[in-house]
Amino acid sequence: MLMQPDQTSEQVSATSAAPILSLNRVTKVFPGVTALSEVSLELFPGRVTALVGENGAGKSTVVKILTGIYQADGGQIEIDGQPVRFPTAQDAGDAGVTAIHQETVLFDELSVAENVFLGHAPRGRFGLIDTAAMVEKARDILTGIGAEIDPRTKLKELGIANKHLVAIARALSIDARVVIMDEPTAALSQKEIEELYELVEELKGQGKAILFISHKFDEIFRIADNYTVFRDGALVGSGAIEDVTEAQLVKMMVGRDVSQIFPERDRNVGDEILKVEGYEHPTEFADISFTLRKGEILGFYGLVGAGRSEFMQALFGITRPSSGAVTIDGKRADIRSPADAVGRGIVYVPEDRGKQGAITALPIFQNVTLPSLGRTSKNGFLRLAEEFKLAREYTERLDLRAASLDTDVGNLSGGNQQKVVIAKWLATQPKVIILDEPTKGIDIGSKAAVHEFMAELAAQGLAVIMVSSEIPEVLGMSDRVIVMREGRIAAEVSGVDMTPETLVRHAAGI
Amino acid sequence: MTDTIRAIPDRLQSPLERRLKSWETLLFAVAVSIFIVNSFTSPYFLNAWNLSDMTFNFTEKAMIAFAMALLIIAGEIDLSVASIIALASTAMGAAVQVGIGTPGLVAIGLGVGLLCGAFNGVLVTRMGLPSIVVTIGTMSLFRGISYIVLGDQAYRGYPSDFAFFGQGYVFWVISFELVLFALIAVIYFVILHKTNFGRAVYAIGNNPVGAEFSGIRVARVKFILFLLTGLMSGVAAICLTSRLASTRPSIAFGWELEIVTMVVLGGVSILGGSGLIPGVVIAAFVMGLVTFGLGLLNVPGIVMSIVIGALLIGVIALPRLWDKWRS
Amino acid sequence: MSKQALMSREVLLTGAIVLLLAIIASRFPAFITPGNLANVFNDTAPLILLAIGQMIVILTRCIDLSVAANLALTGMVVAMINVAMPALPVPVTILISVAFGALLGMVNGVLVWKLAIPPIVVTLGTMTIFRGSIFLLSDGKWVNAHEFSDPFKAFPRTELLGLPVMSWFAIAAVILFTLVMTRTTLGRAFYAVGGNPHAATYAGIDVGKTQFWAFTISGALAGLTGYLWVSRFAVAFVDLAGGFELNVVAACVIGGVAIMGGIGTVIGAMLGALFLGIISNALPVVDISPFWQLAISGGAIIIAVALNAQANREKGRIILKRAEHAT
Repeated sequence: MLMQPDQTSEQVSATSAAPILSLNRVTKVFPGVTALSEVSLELFPGRVTALVGENGAGKSTVVKILTGIYQADGGQIEIDGQPVRFPTAQDAGDAGVTAIHQETVLFDELSVAENVFLGHAPRGRFGLIDTAAMVEKARDILTGIGAEIDPRTKLKELGIANKHLVAIARALSIDARVVIMDEPTAALSQKEIEELYELVEELKGQGKAILFISHKFDEIFRIADNYTVFRDGALVGSGAIEDVTEAQLVKMMVGRDVSQIFPERDRNVGDEILKVEGYEHPTEFADISFTLRKGEILGFYGLVGAGRSEFMQALFGITRPSSGAVTIDGKRADIRSPADAVGRGIVYVPEDRGKQGAITALPIFQNVTLPSLGRTSKNGFLRLAEEFKLAREYTERLDLRAASLDTDVGNLSGGNQQKVVIAKWLATQPKVIILDEPTKGIDIGSKAAVHEFMAELAAQGLAVIMVSSEIPEVLGMSDRVIVMREGRIAAEVSGVDMTPETLVRHAAGI
Repeated sequence: MTDTIRAIPDRLQSPLERRLKSWETLLFAVAVSIFIVNSFTSPYFLNAWNLSDMTFNFTEKAMIAFAMALLIIAGEIDLSVASIIALASTAMGAAVQVGIGTPGLVAIGLGVGLLCGAFNGVLVTRMGLPSIVVTIGTMSLFRGISYIVLGDQAYRGYPSDFAFFGQGYVFWVISFELVLFALIAVIYFVILHKTNFGRAVYAIGNNPVGAEFSGIRVARVKFILFLLTGLMSGVAAICLTSRLASTRPSIAFGWELEIVTMVVLGGVSILGGSGLIPGVVIAAFVMGLVTFGLGLLNVPGIVMSIVIGALLIGVIALPRLWDKWRS
Repeated sequence: MSKQALMSREVLLTGAIVLLLAIIASRFPAFITPGNLANVFNDTAPLILLAIGQMIVILTRCIDLSVAANLALTGMVVAMINVAMPALPVPVTILISVAFGALLGMVNGVLVWKLAIPPIVVTLGTMTIFRGSIFLLSDGKWVNAHEFSDPFKAFPRTELLGLPVMSWFAIAAVILFTLVMTRTTLGRAFYAVGGNPHAATYAGIDVGKTQFWAFTISGALAGLTGYLWVSRFAVAFVDLAGGFELNVVAACVIGGVAIMGGIGTVIGAMLGALFLGIISNALPVVDISPFWQLAISGGAIIIAVALNAQANREKGRIILKRAEHAT
């Protein structure tokens, strides 16, 4: 696997043939599942290697092995050709491997400087932490990445994007030779993403090896030099990025040809079912008004942080709006809690499945019947036979795969968990279903199933609201799209106006 | 799983199969062995009246433990229960002084219990405060009020028919308290395992956010649980006051920890989300048997507490040690 | 860490203490003479020492209910050593008390770290085991004033620069642990583990091990306090400092330590302890029955936790926050 010289890192390109870090036939086994089987991976100085694969392909496991969170069960890690072991995260840091993790792994109650230097703070007299030096160094690093953050402020006072910059600063504070970026752009705005790209170029220039994990093909093709593809915990391909096309990468990822085809739909939109007028919240959104008809799929597009989920949660009664009115089926509805919303026929499939959607420690049938217990029970007493009947009816409609209806939801794959959550809501026979990023983090096969099912629901007269950040999904599924920006409706587009360009333009405000 | 297998079975494991592998089975075996050991070590143990006396070691505490079990399963805790007993008992004692009869005393005992439970419930569910701290506070507050009222004095002079609750027998050696205990156990079994409310309790304990997002009124359920715990403390206060025929502010001191021990020993996860009423019933018997058996051997109460403490840690630690050792 | 918010909490508490002193002084000016305030501080020294240890434990999302039992057991051990070997120098006795207390703390720590048993269960168990062990050790007998050697009794009362040694221990602990918490890696680890255990693991911090050290520190401070307490009052017995663990938790809560972990300072814990200490010292002076003390500290806990929660509450997502809080 010989590399093409890279123009952006000439000073190191001459010696770039030898990898800094390599994984050699690494295996990781969890009870009941082999997460990685004999995978190999090489990271070269001054080069960005993109690691791609579907969810569950083993990308996160590799990151955790490289950062000392997990221990490999077989194979070895080599740095400069020498085998090394990372029993703890500290050891990985000491060996020059650092990571910007997908989740924010920071501490709200500590200062920015303390967050940056936790575990490797500069020491002064008597081995005590030198606070002044720590603040100064943190300021240098933050300035270096273009972040204007006072290192002495408490982390909890920062917004999400700034927190992410602190996480990046933390990764850079370790003088690392290998930088791992696990979906670093997921929480960032377009401008911040551009700055991140510049940072990546700079790191390449310094001869660091970068492992870049992303789901976004446009950014992979923009900044990666090499690629490595995992599928089901195994290595399926690697090489120089200019030697592959997007279609080839996708084929390697899923093991078959996939063109993203959305189901054909008969668009027969019925009567108005939901009317929202002037919804406002002191901090999250303002002036949201729209209507929704039976059988319609209404897409909500916007950048992360545009206030879409916040609005949906208010509509579902999780938070209270400061003003605004909802009319369902011609009747005013006062929604003060999710229980009220469900009672009025509005249900919500949240983005955070594990925490908000499913109760993972309870079995499938109990999850499905939880909001419908009033129907399956008699005078408040449970009737298990009725519960199994209801659960079976709706899980079969969704083609759920599980060992039994008594299986805990936590033991299911992401796609099947999502089906349980959707089944739970359909069992309440709702009028309006809100789907918040319904296909995020589920495999391509399940994705298509969810899309088909949405189309089917709409055909049966259910009104669907879909929040999505994936433009193809929004365009492929929606009858109409509302674009939100900074907590407000920026535009409503339909028909021929529904193009990727319009959505992006309205979302970014250009 | 292939496409041909379309139908998902309801259950793979029968409920009986689950039960045999359960914590409750282990605990039951412990109870039986303690019973056997006791009957060999003391000649006085296998005596109907002695065994009947033994039940007084746990009946009052267990009444509260059932309500506490629901509260802990829902992810909350109430450390003020023993202080609610003190306050309810003090209120009843004060009522006796102004000549209120037994029905009035019962109403006051239950009423004070409910009020205290409501107070905890409002602080936790309305103001969103952590229950462990709130109830450490009300634990001092409720008993503190008893101290303010009584100081180093005691209330006595309870009417003679009031004695029935703690000293009466329904049939032969079967005391009123034992019957009440059994009745309450059945009621709580039904509430937790057979009703929608019980299902909501488990859902909340496993994932309060997910439960809220599933349309369950989490705050309301928790508030009711605090009310129930207060109510059961009131019931226990009536029984205990009747049995002792006097009220001091130090009444039932330290019971909260014994009750929590009983619940945890019964297999209820202190982290919430799991646990069964039968487990708590067996745990109540285990604690009663240990206390009583050692008592017959003239082992002082404080040493029994070592056994209870060791039991509490041991029954949780041993399975985990076993797992560690095997892997 | 938003110094402003943190300071405001401590400034608020200092304000409350000053206000409290002013109210007392308005009727009894003698209470705020330097001599009396020094006495109050000296009286509160054990609570301050224990509160610092508890603060660190709570910071790591644990709780140590065994501190008072640890204090009493260590106190009994050093008392019996003193009776057996009156010539043993006091510094050696102190070393033994710290080491023995730390050892007991390590027992808690190991159970939490290695077996992942919930801290409240572990320390509930060890609390009763420690208490029971005192009985086994002493056979239930008291060690009385005349049995101790004179240096053993005199040491905590010895005056140094106008303050008894007992007070100096508290002052030294406040300074030492302020340094540990703000300027050492271990101190940072305590905050990190409590603030976000998941993230702490990613930062190379072993959560369980950090909690182990928190329990060890809490145990060491409890052991030290055990010697100081026994020598100051010249008595050791089974129920010494019974129920004191709740005062310690109360001091922490009043001092702004968040029971959910990650928030708290040494100064805050000290101020919380002083607040309770002033009240208990002032009650007899202002001629309120000491029986009021329990209720007052209960009320103070509830108010303090409500204020803490208010200060930490962020805008929006009220229901979500509440639901998450309950876990």
